[in-house]
Amino acid sequence: MSRSQIEVTKDLTIPKLFLQQCRKYGKNKVAMREKEFGIWRPYTWQDYYDNVKHLSLGMMEMGLKRGDKVSMIGDNRPEGLWAEMAALCAGGIAVWLFQESMMDEVKYIIDHSDTKFFVGEGQEEVDKALSIKDACPKLQKIIWDDPKGMRNYHQDFLISMHELQQIGKEVDHRDPGLFEKTIEEGHGDDICLLFYTSGTTSLPKGALLSHWNMLTMGKNLMAVDPCYDTDDFVSYLPFAWIGEQMMSISCGLQIGYTLNFPEEPETAQENIREIGPHVMFAPPRLYEGLTRKVQVKHIDSTWIKRKIYEFGTRIGYQVANLKFEKKDVPPHMAFLKFLAYWLMQKKLKDHLGMSRLRHAYTGGAAMGPDHFRFFHALGVNLKQIYGQTEIAGISIVHRDGDVKFDTVGTPIPETEVRISEDGEILSKSPSVFQGYYKNDKATEETLVDGWLYSGDKGFIDEDGHLVVFDRSKDVMTLRDGRPFSPQYLETRLKFSPFISEAWVIGDKRDYITAVMCIDYAVTGKWADDKKLNYTSYQELSQKPEVYDLVQSQIEEANKDLPDVARIHKFVNLYKVFDADDEELTRTSKLRRAFVEKRYQDIVQALYGDGDVVHMDTTITYEDGREQRIKTDLHIRKVTV
Amino acid sequence: MAQARAVDYGETLLELENVHMYFGKVAALAGVDLEVKKGEIHSIIGPNGAGKTVMMNCINGLYQPQKGTIRYKGEVINHLKPHLRANLGISRTFQKIELFGGMTVLDNIRLGRHIHLKSGIFSGSFYVGKTREEELKNRQFIEEEIIDLLEIESIRDKTVHMLPYGLQKRVELGRALALEPELLLLDEPLAGLNLEEVEDMARFILDINEEKRWRITCILVEHDMGVVMDISSKVFVLNFGNKIMDGTPAEVQANPEVIKAYLGEEDLYSTRR
Repeated sequence: MSRSQIEVTKDLTIPKLFLQQCRKYGKNKVAMREKEFGIWRPYTWQDYYDNVKHLSLGMMEMGLKRGDKVSMIGDNRPEGLWAEMAALCAGGIAVWLFQESMMDEVKYIIDHSDTKFFVGEGQEEVDKALSIKDACPKLQKIIWDDPKGMRNYHQDFLISMHELQQIGKEVDHRDPGLFEKTIEEGHGDDICLLFYTSGTTSLPKGALLSHWNMLTMGKNLMAVDPCYDTDDFVSYLPFAWIGEQMMSISCGLQIGYTLNFPEEPETAQENIREIGPHVMFAPPRLYEGLTRKVQVKHIDSTWIKRKIYEFGTRIGYQVANLKFEKKDVPPHMAFLKFLAYWLMQKKLKDHLGMSRLRHAYTGGAAMGPDHFRFFHALGVNLKQIYGQTEIAGISIVHRDGDVKFDTVGTPIPETEVRISEDGEILSKSPSVFQGYYKNDKATEETLVDGWLYSGDKGFIDEDGHLVVFDRSKDVMTLRDGRPFSPQYLETRLKFSPFISEAWVIGDKRDYITAVMCIDYAVTGKWADDKKLNYTSYQELSQKPEVYDLVQSQIEEANKDLPDVARIHKFVNLYKVFDADDEELTRTSKLRRAFVEKRYQDIVQALYGDGDVVHMDTTITYEDGREQRIKTDLHIRKVTV
Repeated sequence: MAQARAVDYGETLLELENVHMYFGKVAALAGVDLEVKKGEIHSIIGPNGAGKTVMMNCINGLYQPQKGTIRYKGEVINHLKPHLRANLGISRTFQKIELFGGMTVLDNIRLGRHIHLKSGIFSGSFYVGKTREEELKNRQFIEEEIIDLLEIESIRDKTVHMLPYGLQKRVELGRALALEPELLLLDEPLAGLNLEEVEDMARFILDINEEKRWRITCILVEHDMGVVMDISSKVFVLNFGNKIMDGTPAEVQANPEVIKAYLGEEDLYSTRR
């Protein structure tokens, strides 16, 4: 076990660090594993080096120049990371797309970023690239790695990763020092990533991050929570999310821990359990999913198991509360905690793949206090991370022993955070980005004298912790004039396993209302047990019994709130909010302005006298087919 | 968006000559001739009760026709039982799923591998030497060639009866492939699937037909005309035990008799497009 001894200087780049680590570990240490054909297959640092080197030389031979953009799309797999590292080693800039991006998103980003090379996993990704190629004249080569289904693709701008590596091998033979020489030419101030933020209001903006930005961020996070090169990390969240870049590239390379790639996205949870990672970072959505899973399994299990679980969680919550209050655990509680651990927590943590977890982070969106406390009650050291893509992902984190469930923690080293006069969170650190690509206006608005304007409202509490209230533009004004965060209420509602999404409305209105999306699987199971018949989500969501159920969940969330902040009316939506319908961003944040426009009839009805709203809309499927939906949604009043 | 496929059809693989099959006095097949060349996807279409499944059953040996000859690679196979025909390289899937519901996906597929296993009970209990080698080789085949191809990694260890219908269909194809057949009979592989599943299944059929690794000749019984016309090299039209015609999809679509007998009933057998 060794801590990283890396010194981050202005001269250091990610490729230089990559080279150092490959030389240090070589064939003696596993750099990454991938589960393939049912078996975990290891790649040593030497394999990592060889693959990246040949790919990188191949790209250079194909005409990749310093500063050229290489876009990548695909699931998490070693080849994706190799392609990114190869592009960086050749002096290129990496751009990642979300795997499920729709055609216009792909087209916008490829075109706007001036992408020269496109690296896709297989046929699906190549098809996406082919269909936009004519509209993106700067795109020169399309590289793919999975041969499945590719037998009839013969266009000359297509090339397989294998072929490209063969070309790279020849180049290496001809000019042996070229790879190292190209890496040496890089400088810490060079741009390494062009990262598109999924805006909640407008088109994505491309944030430019330098090697220095990324490396200092990793260094400062690791200074707070050290990791070791014997650790395991599971890489399964999209590389297009800054958090994954942070853990896999920046921290991963500095520490040298082993990256593990799941077999398929669907097997990720199972594969995480097999690996038992030491550290994980995921958006709240994922933890919410795990919570729901536990809650549902609890409902389904036998009497004795339920009782043991209830005993374990009760003790867990008591211990967690003492921890939050920074009080010592008295001996009798310590004994009960020990019992709870052996009876319940140990087993449950194993099922969730959290047995060996030292630090779990959540970030990227707000996490409700209920979820947060749930994991602490299980004995998981969950901490909040706050940051933006524009600050390479992180500026604030909880410290061990100083975790508060309603704050996001304190700044990492070399980072200053202050609150502007109108309550906006500002931050400054070596990791603050270089500006938006081809968008000077947005850069000027966001970056003033080295301070990053987050657009989030918040304050610093008496312990120096930052509390994030909400996005400035989302903060609502209640009827008594007080500001209120809809997100806070939404996260509370989502603690119910029956609710997958919620949208709280009520800015400058007489009362607060909500649009609810039930969780199809859980509510469906509940309906099955009650012998309720339904054929679709739409039908299930409108059942009076389901309304009763949702109402009880809302009343539960209403309990601790002041009168003016309580939900008075709600409606069950006929579908779940979806990123493909532009209702959510790719990182699953609600796009309020968009849904407000799209569902204006519902909003009107919620503030009218009627108790039914007629919906008549057309939905478009991914393959372009359209379906007209005509339905009546019921509006329900909640007893406040 | 692949470029057009070019297939060179080789020699005759399967030949039906004047095949008659009676149930009592009902003629399910009344003198049917069919020639399937190596590398083809040869579809059989016709209204319900036309005798399509009977034809499949005659080919794989579940039924023995009263009259006529069935030749596989030039040899007459009329007298052979289904398991012997399986040894020759003829495999099939069923219209109604015939999997072992209580077993896992992997076990069902392994079962299809049975004919390729040579080791006996004794050596099997010790897992040494050749048995071990054989096990590893077959495991590799199932994982790399079948599970990866059909994208069923996430359900590998699930019991079959717990799976949705569309996935069960996929598992059945997997089991048929485990045999490493040269000729695969697919009896309504798309029935009951949703649009996405149909597209996936059609892609798998094309994959096993075109991919160098497989190059399986397929006989496909299917009602989904959109898919049949898209992926078939030849279409055989059957109507109440009689052959109406056998030709390329374009020829079949242009034939007035076919339209009258089958395609005309568009409403009854509506396609998904």
